[in-house]
Amino acid sequence: MAIIRDVMPTFQLYQPTSVADAQKLLERHGSDALVLAGGLDSMDWLKDRIKKPRVIVDLGGIEELRGIRETSDGLRIGAMTTLTEVGQNSFIQQNYRVLAQAAEVVASPQIRNQGTIGGNVSQDTRCWYYRAGWPCYRAGGNICYADTPVGRNREHAILHAERCIAVNPSDTAPALIALDAKFIVLTPKGERAIDAEDYFVGPELDITRMNILQPGYLLTSIRIPSTWAMSYFYFEKVRDRNVWDFPLMNVAAAIKSSGDTIQNIRIAVNAVAARPLRLKMVEDSVRGKPRNSDTGEAAGKLAVQGAVPLQFNAYKIPLMRNLVKRAISGAQEAA
Amino acid sequence: MNFLEWAMSPLGQRVPIHIAWFLIWVALIAGLVFLIVHAIYVRYFAGKTEFVSGPSPGEMLALPARIPRHSLAARLFHWIMAVAMFALLFTAFLPKVGVQFNWVTYHWIAGTVLTLSILFHIVHATFYLDFWSIWPDRSDLEDAWKRFYRFMGNPKGLPRKFAKYPLENKLYHGVVMLSGLAVIVTGIFMMFRVRTFFFSRNPYLFSDMTWGMMYVLHGLTGVGLITLTIVHVYFAIRPEKLPITASMIVGSMSREFYLKEHDPKRWVIEDLSQRRSPADGD
Repeated sequence: MAIIRDVMPTFQLYQPTSVADAQKLLERHGSDALVLAGGLDSMDWLKDRIKKPRVIVDLGGIEELRGIRETSDGLRIGAMTTLTEVGQNSFIQQNYRVLAQAAEVVASPQIRNQGTIGGNVSQDTRCWYYRAGWPCYRAGGNICYADTPVGRNREHAILHAERCIAVNPSDTAPALIALDAKFIVLTPKGERAIDAEDYFVGPELDITRMNILQPGYLLTSIRIPSTWAMSYFYFEKVRDRNVWDFPLMNVAAAIKSSGDTIQNIRIAVNAVAARPLRLKMVEDSVRGKPRNSDTGEAAGKLAVQGAVPLQFNAYKIPLMRNLVKRAISGAQEAA
Repeated sequence: MNFLEWAMSPLGQRVPIHIAWFLIWVALIAGLVFLIVHAIYVRYFAGKTEFVSGPSPGEMLALPARIPRHSLAARLFHWIMAVAMFALLFTAFLPKVGVQFNWVTYHWIAGTVLTLSILFHIVHATFYLDFWSIWPDRSDLEDAWKRFYRFMGNPKGLPRKFAKYPLENKLYHGVVMLSGLAVIVTGIFMMFRVRTFFFSRNPYLFSDMTWGMMYVLHGLTGVGLITLTIVHVYFAIRPEKLPITASMIVGSMSREFYLKEHDPKRWVIEDLSQRRSPADGD
């Protein structure tokens, strides 16, 4: 854990009140600017004096980025909507319960009151070597301190490790992937609607980012189609301290069944790789199969194919196998 | 202006981590400037190339119509190395200029191909080819001196024609050899830092400073190879050099070009009447 130094570096603070103004600021300042949403990720960086942006663009004053609205084909959630609002929204609880469940288990109530859904999906990794300011791959250096014979890597990746073995810590990300959400991103070339699973990038593509947001980009909202509304949902998060912690792993699934048969499914896990993973092979393998423990068992085994344990995180392989099994067969069935 | 990127190691030591990536553009621009300047010089300012007189008509008649220059093995090596080199340059530097793809795996595979091809070349050139033909000799230096004097407008006699390889070609080979060996040796050690099936990962093989210097050397020779590759491709497609380029494909060059550029006493062609035609692909 980095030493909190409390006195943040000097920066220029901009507090725009419209998306247009925010975007202009972000385009003008480019890589010198840091976007501030709830501040729960950013403040650590600033107080540790590891990131020293010249400009902070605080989105807190932009009303159009807040709120949950029903649309003709689903739901629109502003990027600055707090996790408490998402978790307690009755429409979401009724139609997209998996997202409400995910939002409700993020950290602690105080953090959920301050943290936003945009910030939760866009937050940086929690690898402590990286957060401590060491010159690792993700920080632009040439080494992964966690992926060494003596590295402390209990929370790190078992899949898609590519030089950097940090994991994505978002709880809402797999739920949004399961719901086939679209992330609306303003770029200098216009607005883009990006599939939730494509919003995140792994180190094989860009080792210094966790998502597609580049300087000048702004996540404005998340749209959830009605396709998966009222489906059977499953969300489970495993963490060290149930009152307040990042996930050791989480799983989210949306399942449409006909009787006992799985007709369609979307399932995603997080904290197993640098980006949340949609398990397409698992989805393909269980479509048309009965929703029972045998199917879950087979799906769990398929899910961990290719997983490579590190020195201290071999437990993640059976954990992932079981979470996927439980998501598909149902927790009670699996138990 | 910082030519290197530095960072603070966990032990509080200031260490280099790699070159500054703007050097990619410096290398690219340097290569392009060279070819533009050279092309302008050759087009508008260069004098006629003159050599001392060539062989007698009798000697000419003794030569075959096609002069064998590169064996099939040598040509295969050259083109495999060329493909590996382009793959290495593109996979190394495109991601640094914003083209994102999973480059690491392709990069070390191409590096492995390059390393194996270079190993083959060393053995092949040492034991099966005329090893010394690519190294500058006394005649090269004497003739270079004469050419320099002629360039300065002070003729001191005509230079001889070239041996199998002109001095510029030999010097280029030497620079590429040093760069290539540096980038290969550092690259092999860097493979200890990524996941391959060759080595177990061991990032603590060297100190942070040694690793940093290794990354810097790999980067510097890498960007240097951008310039060298541009220069090489440029000369390969220059009209007056096309017969040499073609010989790297078909293995031979015409007797006329041979006699125009090369000295039969310095590049002796064996009596080929006893051998197969070079067109057979030997």
